[in-house]
Amino acid sequence: MKRVYVNEQWCLGCHLCEYNCAFANSGLSDMAKALRDKPIFPRIHVEDSGKIHYAVSCRHCTDPICVKSCIAGAISKVDGTVKIDREKCVGCLTCVLVCPYGAVAPGPSGAAQKCELCLENSCGAPACAAGCPNNAIVYEER
Amino acid sequence: MAEYLIIGNGTAAVGCIEGIRSTDPDGNITVVSGEEHHVYSRPLISYYLEGKTTLEKMRYRPEDFYEKNNVNLIYGRAVKVDTKKMSVTLENKKRLFYDKLCLCTGSSPFVPPFEGLDTVEKKFTFMTLDDSLALEKALDKSARVLIVGAGLIGLKCAEGIAERVGSITVCDLADRVLSSILDSECAALMQHRLEENGISFMLGDTAVRFEGSKAFMKSGAEVEFDILVLAVGVRAETELAKQADCKVNRGIVVGTDMRTTTPDIFAAGDCAEGFDSSIGQNRVLAILPNAYMQGHCAGVNMAGGSEVFDNAVPMNSIGFFGLHCATAGSYPEDAEMSQQKTEGGIKRLFIKEGRLCGYMLIGDVCRAGVYTSLVREKTELDEESIAEMKKFPSLAIFSAEKRSKKLGGVV
Repeated sequence: MKRVYVNEQWCLGCHLCEYNCAFANSGLSDMAKALRDKPIFPRIHVEDSGKIHYAVSCRHCTDPICVKSCIAGAISKVDGTVKIDREKCVGCLTCVLVCPYGAVAPGPSGAAQKCELCLENSCGAPACAAGCPNNAIVYEER
Repeated sequence: MAEYLIIGNGTAAVGCIEGIRSTDPDGNITVVSGEEHHVYSRPLISYYLEGKTTLEKMRYRPEDFYEKNNVNLIYGRAVKVDTKKMSVTLENKKRLFYDKLCLCTGSSPFVPPFEGLDTVEKKFTFMTLDDSLALEKALDKSARVLIVGAGLIGLKCAEGIAERVGSITVCDLADRVLSSILDSECAALMQHRLEENGISFMLGDTAVRFEGSKAFMKSGAEVEFDILVLAVGVRAETELAKQADCKVNRGIVVGTDMRTTTPDIFAAGDCAEGFDSSIGQNRVLAILPNAYMQGHCAGVNMAGGSEVFDNAVPMNSIGFFGLHCATAGSYPEDAEMSQQKTEGGIKRLFIKEGRLCGYMLIGDVCRAGVYTSLVREKTELDEESIAEMKKFPSLAIFSAEKRSKKLGGVV
């Protein structure tokens, strides 16, 4: 299946992916309305350490430990995509406790959220990859 | 066709069913459930009282789970195992035969023999959905609640009912809250948050005797209450395992393949005493992720596959009134402790011989899983990595090569 992959040599550390992600998942059509002067809750984040920059988002693991660990049975893997049912999630953050990549975080309501590959929002494919100015984030089969 | 029999219907049983079905799509699976409920998320019983979930939403698996996995679900209580005939007898005399048996019997509340407990009118334990529903019926806005036990169960219960009762007092013989997972300073932060939300504590003290609606404490104090919740601790349910001659310590002893010492019998979940890699020996790790993973491992091996679960560690993520805490691993006395105060919280890392052996995070728990993975995998860290790790959990702790495998490959 296609996943999001990151090549850190090409990452500029611009954090644009975070904005594109937050916008794509906001459900709004105006970027300024969605993001300006607001705390944003992107499902991808860029880690900067000295001269190193790279983006991190859900790896959609072959054997996802978050699915096995969720105390509410709210995380499942459907056709290769790991998804969180926000209605079932109680915000205990056990998924945050176990994700080895640090790719799950609480969203605005306190429920956990993570990259779901933009498959169900209006983008249809990951907005982070589409908007990356230097192809440091790609969406492809490997 | 293989006959698989699972006693218990909680998280470990679901793991076991999914483990079996990943390996054997056809064998017959029978589940014996002591509780007359579709499988539900047990830790959500306090969230139910708090109004953060509903009976519908707290199903651990979709309604058609048993059907889809071709599972025969029986409500009843297993009372006897016959290892020669390879059968289990239920309370209603029904006899079930197995080729492979998995004990997922969980644990039950331990209620010490308090003097005068029988004189208490409204008393509850807090373990099952039925416990929660019974407690809910007793709640009223003026009720004074005494909870015996300031562990995970007692405190989650307190949070769950806080808005629905008059007052809550929690007592515990330990000198701090959450003593099984937190040290004194970390526990004090959590206690403070609970107190800010109206919960009172009597620590280093516990009830020794009851007279109707009055508790007589070890310290000599007296506490008046309307509702009593007993959350002192739990005990693994090992009766069937003992009958089957399985080795039993605090729980049913299992190997890293979830086999007990009796052939064709497996055990998983809170009733099992499996390998804890953080201390290098067997221990009951009564946490939900462990129950699932043990169950899955048992299921695969019951169905003739091969799975090993050898990296279990204690780990907990729990929050009260918006203050989260995440902990994992062990805290040996000779470990170096690296501490960082954060806004309203604290971070403590316990480092020994170039490895992270345990941590406690209060407040900011973001990306805690990076730390948990270092504990689980016993990752060897050089000085540079340790310096990165002390700053915050990130993939910068790893070499560029390792990172490119994590972010550029299928994992």
